[in-house]
Amino acid sequence: MSAPTKVLRAPWKELARQREGATFGIWVFLASELLFFGSLLLLYTAYRVANPEVFIAAGRETDLWYGTVNTAALMTSSLTMAVAAQAAEADMRRLTIWCLGATVLLGLMFLVFKGFEYAEDIEKNLVPGVNFALQEPAAQIFFALYWIMTAIHAIHLTVGLGLVGRLAIFGALRRIQLRDNPEVEVTALYWHLVDVIWIILYPLIYLMGRS
Amino acid sequence: MTDVAVGGELPIPRDPSYLGAGYTVSSWLATTDHKRIALLYAVTITFFFFLGGIAISLVRLDLFTPTGDLLSDDTYNKLFTFHGVVMVWFFMVPSIPATFGNFLLPLMIGARDVAFPRLNLFSWYLILIGGFCTLYALIAGGVDTGWTFYTPFSTMFSNTHVIAAALGVFIAGFSSIATGVNFIATTHMLRAPGMTWFRLPLFVWAIYATSLVMVLATPVLAITLVLVIVERWLHLPIFNPEFGGDPLLFQHLFWFYSHPAVYIMVLPAMGVVSEVITCFARRRVFGYDFMVYAMVGIAVIGFLVWGHHMFVSGQSAYASIVFSFLSFVVAVPSAIKVFNWTATLYRGQIGFEAPMLYALGFLGLFTIGGLTGLFLASIPIDVHVTDTYFVVAHFHYIMVGGTVSAYFAGLHYWWPKITGRLYPDPWARFAAILMFFGFNFTFFPQFIAGYLGMPRRYHVYPPEFQVYNVLSSAGAFVLAAAYLLPPLYLGWSLIWGTRAGRNPWNATGLEWKTSSPPPRENFAAPPHVEEGPYQYHPEGFAPERHYRSQGDAA
Repeated sequence: MSAPTKVLRAPWKELARQREGATFGIWVFLASELLFFGSLLLLYTAYRVANPEVFIAAGRETDLWYGTVNTAALMTSSLTMAVAAQAAEADMRRLTIWCLGATVLLGLMFLVFKGFEYAEDIEKNLVPGVNFALQEPAAQIFFALYWIMTAIHAIHLTVGLGLVGRLAIFGALRRIQLRDNPEVEVTALYWHLVDVIWIILYPLIYLMGRS
Repeated sequence: MTDVAVGGELPIPRDPSYLGAGYTVSSWLATTDHKRIALLYAVTITFFFFLGGIAISLVRLDLFTPTGDLLSDDTYNKLFTFHGVVMVWFFMVPSIPATFGNFLLPLMIGARDVAFPRLNLFSWYLILIGGFCTLYALIAGGVDTGWTFYTPFSTMFSNTHVIAAALGVFIAGFSSIATGVNFIATTHMLRAPGMTWFRLPLFVWAIYATSLVMVLATPVLAITLVLVIVERWLHLPIFNPEFGGDPLLFQHLFWFYSHPAVYIMVLPAMGVVSEVITCFARRRVFGYDFMVYAMVGIAVIGFLVWGHHMFVSGQSAYASIVFSFLSFVVAVPSAIKVFNWTATLYRGQIGFEAPMLYALGFLGLFTIGGLTGLFLASIPIDVHVTDTYFVVAHFHYIMVGGTVSAYFAGLHYWWPKITGRLYPDPWARFAAILMFFGFNFTFFPQFIAGYLGMPRRYHVYPPEFQVYNVLSSAGAFVLAAAYLLPPLYLGWSLIWGTRAGRNPWNATGLEWKTSSPPPRENFAAPPHVEEGPYQYHPEGFAPERHYRSQGDAA
C-alpha cells in the first residue's frame, strides 16, 4: 500500500486556508451551474406559460412512481453524503467510507431506475418525432425538455458518482487521506447541487400535471 | 524565509527563471506554472488569431469588387462565419485574461501561483480540444450560420457542420468558466499580506470583474449550444415554431451570454490600459475608486442590456425601451473610465514608447466605438442601421481597435517581464502607428457604407458602395502588415534583444519587483505590501509647480 498523497498542495501555505479556498472555488462553480440549469428552467417556464393545458396533460404521461422513488433515493444519498463529510472532518474513517459507499449505491440506484423509466417512455412513444404518442404539438416541447433536463441531470449525477466513488475506493485503499482533505467537502457540495436540481425538476416534471 | 516589506526593493531571486526550469516537452505540456500556462495560451490564441485573420483577408479581397468573383457564395458565408467563431471564442475571449491574466495575476497580488494550478492547465487543454473540434468543422466543409448560430437556420436548414463547430465552442466555454473560477478564488484567497482590495492594481480588478462575467454568463451559452446541437442531431423540438417553439428564445439566451461577452473582451483591455497609461504618464491613476466601481458596474449592468441586439426581431416594444435605456446607462461607467484615463494624462510626463502608443490608440478608438454604441442603443437609429456595416464597424472599433490595441499594449509593456528581453522600440512604435492607421483605414469607411445602407454579410453589393469597400479592403491589408511586424521584431528580440533587467519602465507594481523573467516561485521571499498602487509621485504632487520652483532656485 502506497502512502496517501499529501493533502496540502502549492500554492497554499496552510491546510485551513487551502480548504477555505477549495470550498470557495466550488461555490463559485455551483453559481455557474445554477445559471446553466436556470436557462433550461427559463425555457420550461416560457413554454409552460404559452401552453398551460398542454403541459399539464403531457406531465400526466410521466411515471410518478419512478420519479418519486428516485427523489427518495437522491434525498437519502444527500443525507449519507452529508454524514460522510462530517465524519471525514471528525476523523471517523470507517464511517466516512461506508457513507461514501452508500451514496454511490443510492446514486447508482437512481440511474438504474431512470434507465427503466426511459425504457418505459420509449415503449410509450414519448420520444418527440414521428409516432409521438400525444396529439398536441407543444407536448413534444414538454417531452423534449423532459429528455434534455433529465439527461443533463443524469450526466451531472454520473460525474458525481465518479467523484464520490473515487473518494470511497481510494480512501478505503488508503491511497488518499480523507481527514482534512478539501476534496471531501468539494465533492459533497457538488453532490448536493445535483440533488437540489432534482428537487426542482421533480415537481416541474411529475407533480404539476397531477394537482 | 522572512516577509519583506514592499516600499523599497525586494531581494532578487537566485533561482533560475521559469523558462529555465525545464526544457523537455512534458515540462511544458504538464506544467502547472501559471507563467508557462500563459505562454501555452499565447501560442494557441496567436495561432487562432492568424487563422481568423486569413479567413477575413480572403473575404476582404473578394469585396474589392461588387460582384463575387473570387469566392463562391457558400465559401464566402463559411469564411466570415469561421472568422467570427474563431476570433470571438478562440482569440478575443481568452486573449488578455488567459495570457496576461494568467501570467500577471499571481505576480501582481504577490502569490506563488493561481489557486488551482491543475485546473488552470486543464482549462488550456479544454480550449485546445474545443479549438480542434471547431477546426475540424472547417476542414470537413465549414459552417455558414454566422458566429451567432441563429435558429431555425442553424437547427433546421443549414447543410454545414454546425454540430462540430458548436461543440467546439461549448467545450471552450468550460475553459472560460474554469479560468474564471480560478481567478476569482485566486483574487479572494491568495493576496499577499497587506494587499488589501483597494491596493490592487486596476488590472487585477479588471480580471476579477471579467471572471465574474465569465462564470455567470458562459453557462447560458453552453446550454444554448447544447440545445442547438440536440435539436439538430436528435430532432428534439426546442426552438422549432412548428411545435410552438420560439426562435426568439434562442436569441434571448444567446445574447444573455454574448452581450456580457463583449465585456469579457473589453474589461481586461481597460485593465491593461490603466497600467500602461499610469506608467508612461508617470501619474497616479485619476480616481482609483471610481475606476474600480466603474469596472464592477460595467460587469453588473452588462448583464441587463442584451435585448438591444433584438430591437428588430419582434420583441415587445416595451422591452426594447427598457433595454435601450439600460444600454445608455452602461455607457456611463465606460465614460467615467475614459474621463479618468484622460485626467491621468493631464500634467503627466508622457513618454511615447510603444506600449503607450498602443494605449493611446485604444483610448481614441474605444471612444469612437463606445459613442457609436450609443447610436445603436437608441431604437430609431438602430432600426435604420441594423445588420448594416455600421454595426460591423462599431463592434470592430470596440474589439479590434479597443481590445486588440490593448492586447498589443500589454504585449509590449510586459514583454521584458515575460521574456527578459527588450525589443527594438522604433520598430514597435512604427507597428503601433501603422496599426492605428490601418485600423481606421479599414473600419471608418464601413461606418459610412453602413449608414448609407450597405448590409453586412452580403457577398454581392450594389456598385455605389464599391469606393468604401475598396478603401476598407486596402486598409485591411495595411492592418495585416501591422499585425505581421510584431512577431518579427519580438521574435528577433528573443535572441538578440538586450537584457531587460527587473524593471525597464521604472514602473510600480509587484510584478516589476522580481527578476525578469521571474523564477518558478515568483518571489525570493513572500512580499508584504504597505502602500497603494501607482506610487509614481507623492500624493498631491503637481509636476509643473515642482519644476517651476526648481527653475526659480537655479
